[in-house]
Amino acid sequence: MNIFVLMKQVPGTSNVKMDEATGTMIRTEHENVINPLDENALEEALRIRRAVGGSTVTAISMGPPPAARALREALAMGADNAVLLCHRALAGADTLATARALAGAVAHAAGGGIGPHDIVLCGERATDGETGQVGPMVAALLDVCVATYVRSIQLDDSDGASTVATVERVVEDGFERVKLSLPCVITVVKDINQPGFPTLAGKIRARGAQVRMLSHEELGLDADAVGLSGSPTRVVRIFRPSFARDTVLHTQDGSGAAVDAFVDLLADRGIV
Amino acid sequence: MMDARSIECDGDIDHTGVMIVGEQRLGDVHPVTFELLARGRKLADKLGAKLSCAMIGSGLGESAHEIIARGADVVYLIDDPSFAWFLPGIYARALERLIRSAMPEIVIAAATTSGRTLMPIVAARLCTGLTADCTELDIDVSERLLLQTRPAIGGNVMATIKTPQARPQMATVRPKSARPLPRDDRRAGRVVQVKPVGEDAVLAGCCAAGCAAPGRGLEVLLESVRDTTQEVSVQDAEVIVTGGKGLKSKDNFRMIEELASSLRAAVGATRDVVDLGWISYPHQIGLSGKTVAPRLYIAVGVSGSVQHLAGMQTAETIIAVNRDKDAQIFKVADFGIVGDLFEVVPEMITKIRNRTSAGR
Repeated sequence: MNIFVLMKQVPGTSNVKMDEATGTMIRTEHENVINPLDENALEEALRIRRAVGGSTVTAISMGPPPAARALREALAMGADNAVLLCHRALAGADTLATARALAGAVAHAAGGGIGPHDIVLCGERATDGETGQVGPMVAALLDVCVATYVRSIQLDDSDGASTVATVERVVEDGFERVKLSLPCVITVVKDINQPGFPTLAGKIRARGAQVRMLSHEELGLDADAVGLSGSPTRVVRIFRPSFARDTVLHTQDGSGAAVDAFVDLLADRGIV
Repeated sequence: MMDARSIECDGDIDHTGVMIVGEQRLGDVHPVTFELLARGRKLADKLGAKLSCAMIGSGLGESAHEIIARGADVVYLIDDPSFAWFLPGIYARALERLIRSAMPEIVIAAATTSGRTLMPIVAARLCTGLTADCTELDIDVSERLLLQTRPAIGGNVMATIKTPQARPQMATVRPKSARPLPRDDRRAGRVVQVKPVGEDAVLAGCCAAGCAAPGRGLEVLLESVRDTTQEVSVQDAEVIVTGGKGLKSKDNFRMIEELASSLRAAVGATRDVVDLGWISYPHQIGLSGKTVAPRLYIAVGVSGSVQHLAGMQTAETIIAVNRDKDAQIFKVADFGIVGDLFEVVPEMITKIRNRTSAGR
């Protein structure tokens, strides 16, 4: 089983700066972490590898050179290979341009010794953009099935010859069990597992392992297809929202007047 | 598959009209469809264009009339037993085919678990932009462009996004972030039955960058389980009482449940409270939880981060209780009580109970 995990580096804090000119995030090395749900995706990949003999786990990320650190962490957690898509032209990508680069990297691996993908895993969304679009887009570009919001994955055989996966996907008012054929893309929710930690042996191994650096050119993608120039969307304005209303403010002063006014308001609105 | 060297996305001027992607459940129109119609109607009117609704499902015959009454000019029914339940591959193929033939300039769907799965697939195949989870949609009339506004970077700011060239311009919007239009049965509209094409239908990719022909993978829904243990859904509730970190402990949070029960309201929670494990995730309201638009929203011990406000600011009436008179939540509230919630809430419960028993 050839498993790929798409991993995003996200800011560790919620204080992120914007580039006013392009409307894109200014990413710094400072306090970046692996998107938590992508860690669940990696853990699931490692679980499948334990269950299915002869499996390989490859972590892929896109970002500036410091993003290699996240991939080294993935190696320390147990990934076999790590690929970083890294080039100035890749910067400022929206979800489609990002998906194009990541799908390109997965397809590239098929011809690059790693072999064709059976399962591509990633978090259901990233904590910074919260779009959840990249996973299904990668599936569309790779022309494979997709299951989203998945909390469990079951493969039919343990001999690596499985051609279908049965998943449970969480929906608004319950869950669905869906069977889909491999290869496929699966996006996971937090409930799927408890991510492990890098082991000492893993860390030592990771130190020796190489993070493979690739550019869009090596994936056969034109500079116009990736990054900001390959993005069909543009951020045109960033602003702090104003939700302000005219507020009637009471102070709890022990007289009971404030809560009386509250109950009157409820009565006025037909609630009580 | 990914061997292309260039992109030729068309910025076709022939695209016209607004399309919303409705949702159904066992053949019945899901109410989120009416919210989308209200959004779509506003945009179509600004553009002087037609509003269409794509419905994919099984046994949809009855639904068209109400969809027209709620604002659509055209209803496309893609009706087949194989569409009874949402499956990404076949739904995406059907919607892609419809968009290629109807050529709308704007396509909007709900940011539900199915909409958020379907739309990225279709956008990638059509090689166009898609903005997730918009809270606000408008038209830049001079450029005839869709303005897609959504919370960005952890919900601390809002971003407005355009899709200048690629068509259609696509967006998902949060359920309950708009109010449906009242039903108007005098409205006239056209119903178009779209014949589904077999699985083998091959569509030409729109661009050379890898937007390939649709896949032929197998996907089967084995079972759909409704989780009945989940209490009243916050998104359907008329009244919501939400507790924040100000409650200080899981035990104290029961006070919120008691206040909610006195009003037959649903219980909401902030992200902090869910992260602390005081209540489960389905209760979370805000950017990373649910968006709600109840008639009445009561926020207790909630400071009012933008990420929370983004999920509840369309409530009809907002009431806040907080110790800090400068708390952000008071800025969005219609009515506020500055005080110790451990005094205020029990007094509220008592007085509500007195009022309700006196009224009977």
